[in-house]
Amino acid sequence: MIMRTVAWVLCGAAITLAACGEKTSGAAKKSDVPAYQGSVGASAYVADGWKAGDQAAWELQLRNRMQGQNEYARIPTKP
Amino acid sequence: MARMKFICDSERCIECNGCVTACKAEHDVPWGVNRRRVVTLNDGVPGEKSISVACMHCSDAPCMAVCPVDCFYRTDEGVVLHDKDVCIGCGYCSYACPFGAPQFPTNGTFGLRGKMDKCTFCAGGPEANGSEAEFEKYGRNRLAEGKLPACAEMCSTKALLGGDGDVVADIFRNRVLVRGKGSEVWGWGTAYGRPATGGAPPAKPEGKKS
Repeated sequence: MIMRTVAWVLCGAAITLAACGEKTSGAAKKSDVPAYQGSVGASAYVADGWKAGDQAAWELQLRNRMQGQNEYARIPTKP
Repeated sequence: MARMKFICDSERCIECNGCVTACKAEHDVPWGVNRRRVVTLNDGVPGEKSISVACMHCSDAPCMAVCPVDCFYRTDEGVVLHDKDVCIGCGYCSYACPFGAPQFPTNGTFGLRGKMDKCTFCAGGPEANGSEAEFEKYGRNRLAEGKLPACAEMCSTKALLGGDGDVVADIFRNRVLVRGKGSEVWGWGTAYGRPATGGAPPAKPEGKKS
């Protein structure tokens, strides 16, 4: 009787803990490459004025481009 | 460089949907998915206002907080991106986002919900910058080409400003000072924090009234 009870308990424990050894199937999040490293393809579309890998040049390039949205910097102010 | 941010100047937006079209064309966004859209408040009523809405790349992004598989990440420039290989399309981010940015393409015969798609600030995804794989999943990576988001650069009235938060806030502030009105920026406080909690207001209502 005791042996049977122990066997049932062991079976229950085995079933309960079966999933603990399962490995996760989800894909790991990949790391991204910073934008200033440049583009590997379509080099014809890369804007002039900066060099891939040069973070300072890339930031300057974007800052200049941002000022393209500022028409007060592009047109003369009223006299 | 500070954080990348969007500002939409509702005084200037003319609801032309140029930003929407630019985004769709630039990234080959499929039917049924709109990474950017124009919303008009009080449509048809004199004084109506239009605003261009997309992912604002929030400072404390709620989508990142609720994602059960942690597929989101933030770049050094503050752009909130996600890895579609990890996304399970559960839609939690859609419920959490105050801007309705996450989109889910219908996928398969029974209209199953596909993996989430949203504005990337034209910064692609975790695949190699400018690669075919990146384009197919996320669209063009304009930042890696030394450019700003297509929607902002295409905006004909320059209502939509995109770029370094400090720079675009300065541009907007100058406008408000010149015209003397329209200092309200829809979504700024929600996305980047209220002035009291650290988010700098983009403009102060000062100057002459027109």
